Formats: sequence, C-alpha cells, structure tokens
Amino acid sequence: MNLESLIGVIQIVLIATTPLVFASIGELVTEKSGVLNLGVEGMMLVGAVTAFVTLVITGSYFLAFIFSILSGIFMSGLFAFLVLILMSNQVATGLALTIFGIGLSSMIGKEYIGTPIDGLTPWYFVIFSFIIIFLISYFFYKTKHGLILRAVGESHTSAHALGYNVIKIRLYSILFGGSMCALAGSYMSICYAPMWQEGMTAGRGWIALALVVFSTWKPSRILLGAYIFGGVTILQMNLQAFGLRLPAQFFNMAPYIATMLVLVIISSNKLRIKLSAPASLTIPFHKGN
Amino acid sequence: MIKIFKYLFVISTFSIFAFSNAIADPKKVGFIYIGPPGDHGWTYMHDVGRIHAERMLGDSISTTYIEGVPENADAVRAIRKLAASGHDLIFTTSFNYMDQTLEVAKEFPNVKFEHATGYKRADNVSTYSARFYEGRTIIGHIAGKMSKTNTVGYIASFPIPEVIRGINAFYLAASKVNPDIKIKIIWVFTWYDPGKEADAANTLINQGADIIVQHTDTFAPCQAAEKAGVMAFGQASNQEEFCPNAHLTAIEDIWGPYYAERAKAVVEGTWTSQDTWDGMAEGMVVMSPYNSKLMPADLIQEAINMEIAIKDGTLHPFAGPIYNQAGELVVPEGQNADDGMLAGMSFYVQGIDGEIPQ
Repeated sequence: MNLESLIGVIQIVLIATTPLVFASIGELVTEKSGVLNLGVEGMMLVGAVTAFVTLVITGSYFLAFIFSILSGIFMSGLFAFLVLILMSNQVATGLALTIFGIGLSSMIGKEYIGTPIDGLTPWYFVIFSFIIIFLISYFFYKTKHGLILRAVGESHTSAHALGYNVIKIRLYSILFGGSMCALAGSYMSICYAPMWQEGMTAGRGWIALALVVFSTWKPSRILLGAYIFGGVTILQMNLQAFGLRLPAQFFNMAPYIATMLVLVIISSNKLRIKLSAPASLTIPFHKGN
Repeated sequence: MIKIFKYLFVISTFSIFAFSNAIADPKKVGFIYIGPPGDHGWTYMHDVGRIHAERMLGDSISTTYIEGVPENADAVRAIRKLAASGHDLIFTTSFNYMDQTLEVAKEFPNVKFEHATGYKRADNVSTYSARFYEGRTIIGHIAGKMSKTNTVGYIASFPIPEVIRGINAFYLAASKVNPDIKIKIIWVFTWYDPGKEADAANTLINQGADIIVQHTDTFAPCQAAEKAGVMAFGQASNQEEFCPNAHLTAIEDIWGPYYAERAKAVVEGTWTSQDTWDGMAEGMVVMSPYNSKLMPADLIQEAINMEIAIKDGTLHPFAGPIYNQAGELVVPEGQNADDGMLAGMSFYVQGIDGEIPQ
C-alpha cells in the first residue's frame, strides 16, 4: 500500500466517523447532567431531513445547518419538557422520541426523496468535531460551570441544596445534546452521503449511545471509541477489497463486542462504576426531594 | 319437499348475496417492503410496480404496503397484519422474508402469497424473480471495455445466490472481453445504509477501481463515483439524474406487468401457486439508456446487440465452459448452466479473488 492510498483510507475513516463523534459528544453532555436521552437516532434523522429540505428550498448551507440545529433543539426541548417538568420515565420517553423522529422525518422528507443536491465538503466538520471534543473536555474539567454540570449529574439533591438550578442546567444539557445530534444528522444528509433517504442514519444513533458507555463518560475517549469503531469498519472493507480471506461478519460486530467488554469491565468493579457513570443518571429530580 | 325448497331458496339467496358482494368489493393486495419506497432502488421499483397494477386493474383491487420491514421476526408480524386485515394477495419483496412468508401462509390458507427471489413454495405461496444476471452480463461487458485501470469495484450486500450469481455473470462477461480485468468485492452486509455504501465505494475507488458496481439499494455509490470522477452502474432503477457524469447504464427491475397479472388472477379466481423467473425476453429486466457521453457508439451498439441475443436465447450469460475457483469444470462446453444451478449458486467462478463470506 503506497502513501497516497493510505491517506485515502484515513480520509474515508475521518469522514465516516465524524457523525458518530458529534452525536456521542452531545449525548455525553446530556448524560453527564444526569439525563439519559435514547432519542439520538430520532433527533439525528430530524436534523438530517431539516437540513436537507432547508438546503433544497433556500439553497443556503448556512441556513440549512441553523435550521437543523433548531430542529434538534425543538426535538430535545420536547424531551426535556416531558422528563424534567412532567417527570416521565427517561428511557421510555427517549425511545418514544426516536420512534417519533423516524416518523416525523419521513413525513417532512416525503416530497424531497431523491432530490439531487450538491454536497458540501466534509472537512470543516471533521476539524470542528475535534475542536468540540477539546472544548467539552476543557469545559468539564477546567471551568466552574462544567463542575456544576457534573455535580448535577452526580447528586442533584446536593447541587440543589447548594442553590444551583438543577432543572435549568439539565435543560441546557439536553438542548446541547439535541443540537449536536441534529448537527450529526445534517452532516450525514449534506456532506457524508448528500441525499435524503428515510432512515438514512441506519442505526448510527444507537452506536453513538454505545460509544458514551464505551468512553466511560470521558470526552477524549469518545474520540478514541468513535475512531476504533469507524476504523475497524473501513479497515475490514479495505482488507476485503484486497481479496483477503477474513470473516467480514466478525468485523461487523467487533465494535459492539468491544462495547460489551468495556461494560463488563467497568461493572465488575463497584468503585469504577461510581467513578465513571454519573450517579444520578435517569433519576428524576423534584424540588421536594 | 317444501322444506327442501325453502332450504334451497335460503342457500341460493345467500350465495347470490355473497357473490355480488365479492364483485363489489375490490380485492385487497398488500406489499411488504424492506426499505422505503423512496430509495430509488429496489423498493422504489416494487412500488412503481404496485402503482402500475393499481392503474391497470382500476377499481377491482386496492393496494396497501408496509415499508421498512426488517428481515427478522418483525416480518412475521407485518405479514400477519396484512393477512389478518382481509388482504387477498400479499407480495413479500425480499429474499429473507422467505420462512416468515411460509409461516404466515400456513396460518391463512385462503390468502395468496407471492415471495420475491425465494425458492420455497406452498399451495398458497408462489415465488417470482427476475433474471437480473442477464443485465449483469451486459454491464460486465461494458465494464470490461471501459475500465482503464482494469479494476472494477463491486459492492455486494449479503452472500445469497442472487448476489453471487450477479457477481459471476458480471465477471464472466467482463473477463471475456478483457482477460486482465480484476474485480474487488466488498460485502457490506446491508441492503440499505447510504453512509456505508458510500464508504465502500470510496474504499474501492481508493484502491484503484475506476468503475463501481453495486448490489445494494441506494444511489450513494453512484454519487460517490460521480464525486471521485469515476464511472458506475445504477441499481434497480435509472439513477442517471444523481450521477450524470458517472452513470453508464442501470439494470431496471420492471415488476408492474407481473403484479397486474397476478392481481388479476386473484380477482378472476384463477390464481395458482407457481414459480416465475422472467428476464429480458419477458420485459422484467430492462437496461436504462446507455450514456452516450461516456460510451463510444460501437460499444452501445454491442450492448444493444447483446440485449437482442439474450432475448432470443442465442446468448446465455452462463454458457460453458465455466470453471469454479478450484479449477473444476462446473458447466461443460456447449452447455448452459441450468436453472437449478443458477438458483442455488454459492461459488465464485475462476478468476475472482477472495472467498464468499459464510
């Protein structure tokens, strides 16, 4: 393999992995504040279709991304209202959000399937995905607000007792998560595979959720996990194309096995669970308790 | 005696009532789709077929479909839902709905089922498929003549006979006109994932392929080829509008006449279980217009001549001698592979590198 084709492989890995990075960093922030949002796939799809439709109508990439992020804020805002104000079950609400998102995106995009568009170069987003990981790391571990957000996720009662507005902080985290998922979706429909097709995220939202666990809730490890995931997928494609005899099915499931292994390892040690998973994850907060 | 007349009268009134009812009610025809009708590929063409049948038969049928049905136990639920809601004829349009279709068919002996691309039948289950490999022969010939790097990238979905047959037909035709042609195959293990299909296309292009062939359902590979400035063949429908500078031609699946014919048989009560495997001669497989911007005129003429030869039977895509990868003769000279071998094809022909994933 010469240098040129090696660069080619790296490019494909970068392009393929970027949506996973966006979606999982968004979900990570949400989970760090103590809320589990299983609606990633649905928010990605709505983000993807909103960006695509906006681009077809206005012809502006900028507006496409703005509206896409707004759609993510709308979807996650709906979720936030249900779980924070009405205190519904987070798991059930998140699943419902995904199902809602799949249906809503299909409905919005019905007229736009197969409309040809000019794709946007993915490189700005690839670079931005690295920047955002750095920024979130910095925010969590070097700023006071990051500390407060993490405190809310660990023990909302204590944070509340200290005078922090738990609901407001969680709301912002959920909205940030939603906008990142929508960005991931818009990247898919405008840069990665420039088209709108129903269900085009094809399960990447679930992979993003798995990556948050894989990363043991640390931003830098999101990058690691996502690139292992994307890298293995593209690597096995390359090996196949070289005519190497290998079990392709195994490589397709390898990243999931890795996630399960990490889960087993972190849950084999009680202290480790305490150190990694936000303690208040999925526990609803009410001022009275 | 009077009693008997009374009974006869009651029975005849009822049967007349029932009969007139049957005429008034349109027959319900249901479809199970693996993807969304908007994929501009496999499912799209089935939906075009459904609409065609509806147009041809007018008020005598009404159609419904369930889209995006996964090829697992969910398919049983979807098929059963259609059967239980009074559908008279149900088309299940993907290979891996095979056992699920038979399972539901057993529960509903009065409902007729039609399973696409499968091989298991029952009294109320027919199978139907198209000889797509005839089209693969033509695109193989074109690829053999058009490739400058002598490398073709092939995106394959699942290792089932349908896909393997396509690869073999393609390679046999390509290597016939270009003995140096190499075929690189990536199995993506999905029918529908635009991102992954684009990744596979880009990987193949990166490894030197200048023509992309796909056996998956979206136009993402064609789009990737357009972006990279190489050539591609469309899949299932004409995809020229998405990749005008890359699209050489496409193999189109034309289901409409078949769907209309089978629905009509149900309306008239003449439906019987059968196996249909039609190709270019019957119009089930059609080539999209050849791209004259990319292809020289004599090559287009060659392709058209091949179509004619396939239709009249003088050209068979699997004409012997054919050897497998181990070098064993599987089809002797002067013979053609029979339908049994084609339907269960699970080997690569000689010259293809790599192994079929098991």
